[in-house]
Amino acid sequence: MQINLKYFASLKDEAGVSNEKIETDAKNIEELFEQLNTKYKFSINKSYLRAAKNEEYVNFDTLLTDGDTIVFIPPVAGG
Amino acid sequence: MFKITDQNINNLNELDTDIIKNQAVGGIVYFQGVVRNHNEGKEVSSLEYESYEAMAQKVGLSIIKEAIKKFGIEDAFSIHRTGHLDINDTAIWVITTGHHRKEAYEANQYIIDRIKSEVPMWKKEHYAHEKAQWIACHRCQEHSEHIHD
Repeated sequence: MQINLKYFASLKDEAGVSNEKIETDAKNIEELFEQLNTKYKFSINKSYLRAAKNEEYVNFDTLLTDGDTIVFIPPVAGG
Repeated sequence: MFKITDQNINNLNELDTDIIKNQAVGGIVYFQGVVRNHNEGKEVSSLEYESYEAMAQKVGLSIIKEAIKKFGIEDAFSIHRTGHLDINDTAIWVITTGHHRKEAYEANQYIIDRIKSEVPMWKKEHYAHEKAQWIACHRCQEHSEHIHD
């Protein structure tokens, strides 16, 4: 299936792109993260990240659907 | 209402809101977050805010709506800057209006705490003598979870 990815803050710096479309066989968000982490070797530990699917926070065991937009959210620091 | 802008928001009188004109309101609380010149012992020269704007708008608006309902206030407004900010520039306004001051104060604190811990925005600090770095607000998250459990 095809997944849209967006990257922000430190993850964007480390991936070197702000968004991309990928083909993946990952079933859920956790598997997708492991694939991306293998590719980009993110310095932040997964335990500090949250995940968003189509602009809503979701758990890492959430299943993926073709065309989803997924964002891994580093600790936020607005305000 | 929750807004994100890359334009200067330093001047309160230029904000795009009319919530303070409500004649039923007896108390108005303004929180203005500004860029300070130091953080954790480092000399900060400027800040950069980035947002996942589409999601940040949704999350921010839901926080505002929940605060209005939870505290029974008249209205609430917040606007957050993105882009490059200099020292003393305003990063965020939270304005709450109520019949009385108590609920307006409480709602204002509730809103800024939740914005800091939930809205997908990130802050990069630029330093006078070190390499810039993204700030992870772990303590904000712990603080907010403690308050709102």
